[in-house]
Amino acid sequence: MPQLKDIATQIRRDIVRMVHGCQSGHPGGSLGCADFFAALYFKVMQHKPQPFDMDGGDQDLFFLSNGHISPVFYSTLAHAGYFDKKELSTFRKLDSRLQGHPTTHEGLPGIRIASGSLGQGMSVAIGAALTKKLNNDDRFVFSLHGDGELEEGQNWEAIMFAPHHKVDNLIVTVDWNGQQIDGTVEDVAGLGDLEPKFAAFGWKVLHMDGNNMDEVVATLEKAISLTGKGQPIVILMKTVMGKGVDFMEGHHEWHGIAPSDEQLAKALAQLPEPAELGDY
Amino acid sequence: MVKDIQPLNEKETRAGFGEGILEAGRNNPNVVALTADLLGSMKLNAFIKEFPDRFVQVGIAEANMIGIAAGMTIGGKIPYTTTFANFSTGRVYDQIRQSVAYSGKNVKICASHAGLTLGEDGATHQILEDIGMMKMLPGMTVIVPCDFNQTKAATIAIADYEGPVYLRFGRPKWPNFTPENQKFEVGKAQVLHEGTDITLFACGHMVWLSIEAGKILEEKGYSVEIINIHTIKPLDEEAVLKSITKTRCAVTAEEHNVLGGLGDSIAQVAARHLPIPIEYVGTNDTFGESGKPVELLKKYGLDKEHIVAAAEKALARKQK
Ligand SMILES: Cc1ncc(C[n+]2csc(CCOP(=O)(O)OP(=O)(O)O)c2C)c(N)n1
Ligand SMILES: [Mg+2]
Repeated sequence: MPQLKDIATQIRRDIVRMVHGCQSGHPGGSLGCADFFAALYFKVMQHKPQPFDMDGGDQDLFFLSNGHISPVFYSTLAHAGYFDKKELSTFRKLDSRLQGHPTTHEGLPGIRIASGSLGQGMSVAIGAALTKKLNNDDRFVFSLHGDGELEEGQNWEAIMFAPHHKVDNLIVTVDWNGQQIDGTVEDVAGLGDLEPKFAAFGWKVLHMDGNNMDEVVATLEKAISLTGKGQPIVILMKTVMGKGVDFMEGHHEWHGIAPSDEQLAKALAQLPEPAELGDY
Repeated sequence: MVKDIQPLNEKETRAGFGEGILEAGRNNPNVVALTADLLGSMKLNAFIKEFPDRFVQVGIAEANMIGIAAGMTIGGKIPYTTTFANFSTGRVYDQIRQSVAYSGKNVKICASHAGLTLGEDGATHQILEDIGMMKMLPGMTVIVPCDFNQTKAATIAIADYEGPVYLRFGRPKWPNFTPENQKFEVGKAQVLHEGTDITLFACGHMVWLSIEAGKILEEKGYSVEIINIHTIKPLDEEAVLKSITKTRCAVTAEEHNVLGGLGDSIAQVAARHLPIPIEYVGTNDTFGESGKPVELLKKYGLDKEHIVAAAEKALARKQK
């Protein structure tokens, strides 16, 4: 098994190549969340890639609510064995299963709900967590959300629901990168400090540096240890948008634009291909 | 001749919106702009620069945006809400229904990235049902201009048109062929070319493709009438009837599901007054997918070849 850090580097290589390959897509948030995805799918979650089971009974489930960061999700699923990594080259192209935003419509293994229109995934994750409880299935439901995405009101309906219904098999993570399309999250919407907000609604709140692999793994494992105590758990994950590619780091401009040929070469030079995995 | 209709250049219709709202803002101090974290895509930069106090950044909260816009009309503002077409309609249908349409508020819902030509973002963003949803709302005016110049003119015109408006436009660069600084008349169909064998009714990006199809049909010896239905509601029934009374068959073309869009509106007029063969070009009750705009139009049957084929089918049905 390759090192988690190497897996994250490979995912980052895939992200920039995929977005470059179709000159479209969202590299910024994808790069920032690569460490989280590597930890989740290669260390923390119990899951079975083959044969893919939509219901996922006795497995941990993951829902990507901020569907625009599909490149990081697709690359992770491919390396985890859900489908051949060669398929990553079809991203966002005609007749591909790798749609711009994740979809069940084309039957891509690993995807359990469509996302892309923001703000809907936390409700879905809660629903799946409730079903696990009804099925006496003691595995967990994970989900990821953008910080800008939290501006959608449906999130707050879900944030109110989960503690009230003691959805304590749910581990929500927020990508708190401070960036969205029109600028910083503070400039656009003044989201403020998320900790007291979630806490006031009744959540158990954890923090982590989402670009420090040891901390990501430790925090996710801690979150699991806190399940089953009558409270949903949220991890406020600080990341750097564009992490790993210096000219993309921390800039909202890289939310959703593709690198040029020259920028791709520069980016790949900063992300040496790990020996064990390899490019698609 | 249809072949004499040539584009002036290629521009995004949403860029026409951006220029139009700037001019509407200069003409009328009550015009205000709202967006939900998409000011760049919606081409609002020039407006914001000139009228920073008349711009409201709502964040990613479209339902809130519609409600705020409805509230701002009370006291006389003319709010233009801006986001992608999916988030302008499906996302906020009940907010529009209750706070805007039913309450009769003067909100201009301005929607970009409509239809398949949004491209790579795929089906989650490619709404193909919005014309239907919006035209079903009592009191809602539905406008789908065909190019940059017309989108600009429509954006300016709706400031002076009292009542809720849905203005739909798109993302890609597209042939711009209608006159600069045209006067836009809400509710008035635009006859682009007169003919006697068949009428092509189209809206939005499909108007240019209908012109291209018209050129092919003309070469095949048909006399083609091409009508731009930039206002789907209220529909210019008189112009529709006048044309089909002459041609006795028609094709409708829209970047939208054939269920519930422009084609249905035209067909109702025909069914009530003058039943004729009509063929429909649009998506056939399907979601879209990721791809390049032109590839998608071909795959889903919306390119000029499909319009020609539909026209030949309608013509054959007429001859029977
Ligand atoms: C309902 C909805 N509104 C608007 C958009 C357009 N949009 C896509 S991503 C995005 C910004 C998201 O910000 P954030 O969640 O912080 O993600 P990041 O930029 O950090 O990746 C917006 C406005 C959308 N996809 N869905
Ligand atoms: Mg963000």
